Amino acid sequence: MTAVAGHPELRFDPDYDSPDYRSSATRSPTQPLVLLPESLLDGGGPVFGETPLTSSDADLTLGGHGEAQGQRINVSGRVLDSHGRPVAGQLVELWQANAAGRYRHEVDTHAAPLDPNFTGTGRCLTGPDGAYRFVTIAPGSYPWGNHANAWRPAHLHFSVFGRRFTERLVTQMYFPGDPLLSFDPIYNSVRSRRVRERMVSSFDWDTTEEGWALGYKFDIVVSGHLTTPFEQPSAVRR
Amino acid sequence: MKAGSEAAGPGERLIATPSQTVGPYLRIGMEWMHAQDLVAPGSAGAVPLVGTVTDGDGEGIPDAVLELWSPPAWGRSLTGDDGSYAFTVVKPAGVVPHMDLLVFARGLLRQLSTRIYFPDETDANSADPVLALVPQRRRETLIAKSDPSGGLRFDIRLHGPDETVFFAY
Repeated sequence: MTAVAGHPELRFDPDYDSPDYRSSATRSPTQPLVLLPESLLDGGGPVFGETPLTSSDADLTLGGHGEAQGQRINVSGRVLDSHGRPVAGQLVELWQANAAGRYRHEVDTHAAPLDPNFTGTGRCLTGPDGAYRFVTIAPGSYPWGNHANAWRPAHLHFSVFGRRFTERLVTQMYFPGDPLLSFDPIYNSVRSRRVRERMVSSFDWDTTEEGWALGYKFDIVVSGHLTTPFEQPSAVRR
Repeated sequence: MKAGSEAAGPGERLIATPSQTVGPYLRIGMEWMHAQDLVAPGSAGAVPLVGTVTDGDGEGIPDAVLELWSPPAWGRSLTGDDGSYAFTVVKPAGVVPHMDLLVFARGLLRQLSTRIYFPDETDANSADPVLALVPQRRRETLIAKSDPSGGLRFDIRLHGPDETVFFAY
């Protein structure tokens, strides 16, 4: 377990060193991390308000000469800080597999078809209320080499910017009811069930469009802390 | 409750969305903003900053992305097949000039956070309260090395006895 030097009450969730996720074995730190007190943290950060984006950057179904294949979905929500305040005018990036579970990337050798009309990437800026919205295709599950018969639950990769570097977050959005969630080492690298469920979107009638697309809601909360206080089991008494 | 719609009452803190790895396919989502020049090459004070990101076996990591925060400038560099990266930077103002660097990669369930200090600032570095928190023998991992060509080199070792110092907050 990755430790914070001198602070046994702090931990990471997910931890850097997560044995069930094999790729973490030689890429996670072995030395304790050095805690920076708030007074020594740098502020400031990039402002993306001038980034030239158009609404088509947030519609992944328009990627080619024709329409992308698969189930259309509207994915929307807000980027908030831990006080519930909107993070406005910041960049949200999204990338994903196509409906067949294949990424448009040379490393992906999964024997599933590429869709010539789907790149699987999009981006947008949050509005004044922190809101973002993407139109895309429901991603397929896909196999990966982590363990025998390993399949990733369907997910969207989200990259969001807070107001300072400490609020930077890259995460994955999952879908409610996916039977693969309980078997996935990456999803379950977050040991607190209450916390990992923050990555599961909600099906949403309000953004489901008649005759067109299903709606999913996914609010993203950036915290500004890599560490969380260790949750003491309350039943243990000495 | 799932992550549908969040709301915080007065004084309440929302549960933060946890981090997940960028995975092996980060390039398709993040390369569109490959922004390795924090200042224009050739402009006053501009120097190249290069390095390699390596794993515990000493192998270069080809599926990493580095983000360099030096307000108001910000940059992003994706590593090449050999784990190498490159930026163009200028030494920032400040009592102890330094930059914040975030490392994302397949195999990292959350980003790693480190700092780059400048090799020609020995006196300032020795008085820095952040470096003072780092065990003496590991401090040099945070100080860029001068390149014979006039640039800077900052190698990042994620895992092992000589690994780079990473910070928590």
